[in-house]
Amino acid sequence: MKLQINTSNVVVALVAAGLVVLPLYSQLTGNIFILTLFTRIIIFALAAASLNLIMGYGGMMSFGHAAYLGIGGYAVGILAHEGIGSGFIQWPVALAVSALYALVIGALSLRTRGVYFIMITLAFAQMAYYIASGMSRYGGDDGLTIYKRSSFGGLIDLSNRVQFYYLCLGCLFGGIYLIWRIINSRFGLVVQGIRSNEQRMQAIGYHANRYRLVCFVISGTICGLAGALLANNTDFISPAGMYWTRSGELMVMVVFGGMGSLFGPVIGTIFFLLLEELLSQFTEYWALIMGPLLLLIVLFARGGIMGLLGRFNRG
Amino acid sequence: MVLVEQSLNGLQFGLLLFLLAAGLTLVFGIMDFVNLAHGSLYMMGAYFAATFTAWTGSFILGVLLALGATLLLGIALEFVALRHLYGRDHLDQVLATFGLILFFNDAVRLIWGPAGLALPLPAWLTVPVQIIPGVYYPAYRLSIIIVALAVAALLYVVVMRTRIGMLIRAGASNREMIGALGINIKLLFTLVFGLGAALAGLAGLMQAPILTVQIGMGENILILAFVIIVIGGIGSIRGAFLAAIFVGMIDTLGRAFLPDLLRMVLSSAAASTAAPALSSMLIYLLMAIVLVVRPEGLFPAAKR
Amino acid sequence: MKKTFWLAGAMALALAQPALGADSIKIGFVSTFSGPTAAIGNDMRNSFELALDHLGRKIDGKPVEVIYEDDGQKPDVGKQKTEKLIQSDKVDFIVGYIWSNVLLASLKTAVDSKTFLISANAGPSQLAGELCSPYVFSTSWQNDQTPQAMGTYMNQKGVKSVFLIGPNYAAGKDMLAGVKSTFKGQVVGEEYTVWPSQLDFSAELTKAKNSKADSIFVFYPGAAGVQFLNQYAQAGIKAQIPLYTAFTIDELSLPLQKDNALGVPGAQQWVNDLPNPENKKFVEDYRKKYPNLRPTFYGAQSYDAAQLINSAVVAVKGDTTKKDAMKAEMEKANFKSVRGPFKYGKNHIPIQNFYLQDVVKDADGQLALKTVATIVKDSQDGFHDKCPMK
Repeated sequence: MKLQINTSNVVVALVAAGLVVLPLYSQLTGNIFILTLFTRIIIFALAAASLNLIMGYGGMMSFGHAAYLGIGGYAVGILAHEGIGSGFIQWPVALAVSALYALVIGALSLRTRGVYFIMITLAFAQMAYYIASGMSRYGGDDGLTIYKRSSFGGLIDLSNRVQFYYLCLGCLFGGIYLIWRIINSRFGLVVQGIRSNEQRMQAIGYHANRYRLVCFVISGTICGLAGALLANNTDFISPAGMYWTRSGELMVMVVFGGMGSLFGPVIGTIFFLLLEELLSQFTEYWALIMGPLLLLIVLFARGGIMGLLGRFNRG
Repeated sequence: MVLVEQSLNGLQFGLLLFLLAAGLTLVFGIMDFVNLAHGSLYMMGAYFAATFTAWTGSFILGVLLALGATLLLGIALEFVALRHLYGRDHLDQVLATFGLILFFNDAVRLIWGPAGLALPLPAWLTVPVQIIPGVYYPAYRLSIIIVALAVAALLYVVVMRTRIGMLIRAGASNREMIGALGINIKLLFTLVFGLGAALAGLAGLMQAPILTVQIGMGENILILAFVIIVIGGIGSIRGAFLAAIFVGMIDTLGRAFLPDLLRMVLSSAAASTAAPALSSMLIYLLMAIVLVVRPEGLFPAAKR
Repeated sequence: MKKTFWLAGAMALALAQPALGADSIKIGFVSTFSGPTAAIGNDMRNSFELALDHLGRKIDGKPVEVIYEDDGQKPDVGKQKTEKLIQSDKVDFIVGYIWSNVLLASLKTAVDSKTFLISANAGPSQLAGELCSPYVFSTSWQNDQTPQAMGTYMNQKGVKSVFLIGPNYAAGKDMLAGVKSTFKGQVVGEEYTVWPSQLDFSAELTKAKNSKADSIFVFYPGAAGVQFLNQYAQAGIKAQIPLYTAFTIDELSLPLQKDNALGVPGAQQWVNDLPNPENKKFVEDYRKKYPNLRPTFYGAQSYDAAQLINSAVVAVKGDTTKKDAMKAEMEKANFKSVRGPFKYGKNHIPIQNFYLQDVVKDADGQLALKTVATIVKDSQDGFHDKCPMK
């Protein structure tokens, strides 16, 4: 991958640099909230990036990605509730359970294509939602408050805002680096090949569904990590966070930024969540603007923001 | 006795779901269009009916006006925005119509306020009637069953016995072909979308007196309708009909008898918590099984 | 492209907006202003605004600034808004919270930052027990108190058996448990429905009808209460088995429930016709300021929250850094509540009377809630022993 100087790369570099120096700005101005807000944005960006891996590169339209946010979060929450506070146990469990869930769901869902795939992933996520609602020991519908964030010995203190922010940012950059390595690996090229022409890849001798499934599990695991971060960020986990509209929002973030673009989900998430925050300051009726905006982006700006930036570059 | 009544409850719920699913499966089957905003049209039907009934003072008149209004709204929506999404990726359609859900919810809040509306029934529909000796059933729920069965029969006749129905069936199995035959496909699509919208509106206004007229009322039930058309086979009215009754029965009978069944194996407290969650899961479980075993649904529309 | 930059600039500006430096009392108000339950949030805001009008928009001579935030009935959003109010707006008090789960999610942020939080509705048992805090006060009740009063009333009426129906979430379970703790008759059935998605109660009503119970007790707040009453009346059960309720009929649901609610009793710590002068002023001025609307108990609790804040700030002569003195003052409940006098337990939950309310037609032929009797005096929640304070 040769690094080019063009508008989209400049914007991405500026955004990345901005995210790195944000705590400094927060410290200087005393504006703590901006740090809280961006911690949340970064976590959702990681979730959106994981969704982008299967949607943008793998051609798998998962309408149930919020389930992983919930599963990763509940793994942390339930272990904390049972007195196991160590992040060295909580986080690997969160990742493992997410991966396992993705493996089972993926193995079943990948037997279907197109809109059936959208619907079956949705159905499984709704099932996860109802399971969480039925766990009365862990709060059921009311959710579970996490009184102590995951502890990592003396390594890092998650209750410290700046340290937690950098941990999340590190996870985001790490996740994106991983995705970049994947899509440029032989494995990633095969997955992308399957997206554009499954029959040909099958004919060459690649077992399409096996490749898809591995990709699906990687995506779910990364999203599970985002779930563990989110639970630590909100000190709280509830089934409401796994409802199907949350899955829809994750898709919107990916498409706003530009599907199949490495940094698109990050830009899209920043755009979506900031716009929501900003509009809700001006008017209670923010969805009146957000809804049609989404429609317009789908109709006229297929590539999302990154696509627009690319177009600007060429024109 | 209890079983008869609970089965009627299940049938009534299933038929209501059919009204919603029929429009969805028509639009899905013919235009290959995933319309998440179908639930919003369902909501608009209920709001229109409540408003028109209050204006005219007549339930029947209000209902008829509301049906016309949702039909027009559907046609307008198709004309302005949605027709540009035919032939697009399903993902695009899902996202664009997800945006419409956001829009409609806030538009309704702006116009009618956040509190929701009431759609009162005329007195003759509020009494329970004796259907078999000793079993009373609410007259209005009975009327839902009758209306929905009539609509199902009418749809069957229209789709199977008329020229437009022939085109619809042709469109569902081969879209390009009827275009090639010189049929005004744009007009056909607009009409079908309007019909689907009116069916959604009918479902919304029929349930309004027993359930509610409120913002977001279409979202939960929309997902159920999707489950139904996937189980029944996309594009198949017959499949939607059978799957809807099936889902309605499972949901109602699950809620009615699952708690007692669970109490035999679990403690009472655990059973009463687990049962509602489990009975709502049953339907999704059923759909997952159907998709894994028969990805085309149980009664797929004939293809190509 | 330009547009993107412009938007980004606007966002940066809006977020960087400096907090108002003026010497004012800042109050954050978190409630639900969007979605199906926004009507409740609006009523709370209306009542809080009215209370500020009555205080001359000033507390101890200082202007009051209220920042309203919408939690969308979602716990994580509520928590985020609470963080924003505390960290970015640096409010002195934070008020509101309709939902137990939103409150529980937000609680830690407020307590950790030592910001006074006043719950104007939500009353989960944890708040009264192990999670009680010096910085948290309630102007409402603990969940169990209201249904306990209803259970007591059913004993007084000589009800022999009951069929319980409620939503399957913590408050729903608290409510049914509350009735069971005081009701002395037999509980013949207990059904939980999926919350908030299940709106059709036909299966549960059929079971209740066939259980041959003496009575039915339900808890369905908001729109679900409207649906339940509709279906209860249409199934013809109203003529057979009387209904007893908690938080199912209020001034917001009544215009939608209409005649179906006529004669259905409920228990409440505040009813619009309570005869004390503060309440008369509150209800009259509310109806004048917001024509066609009537205040609800949610509003009354919000009105009281403003009065409670006023009492605390006046006691420290406007110096809101004196937290201990403000806490001590609030513990006295030293203000004229629209529910009449009440005391605080050591867990900062009111010890108060509960009244029987009935739905009647008023002089204009309109449906209205009316106080019929006092069911219990000075009721205290059952969790105060678990609160480690004092």
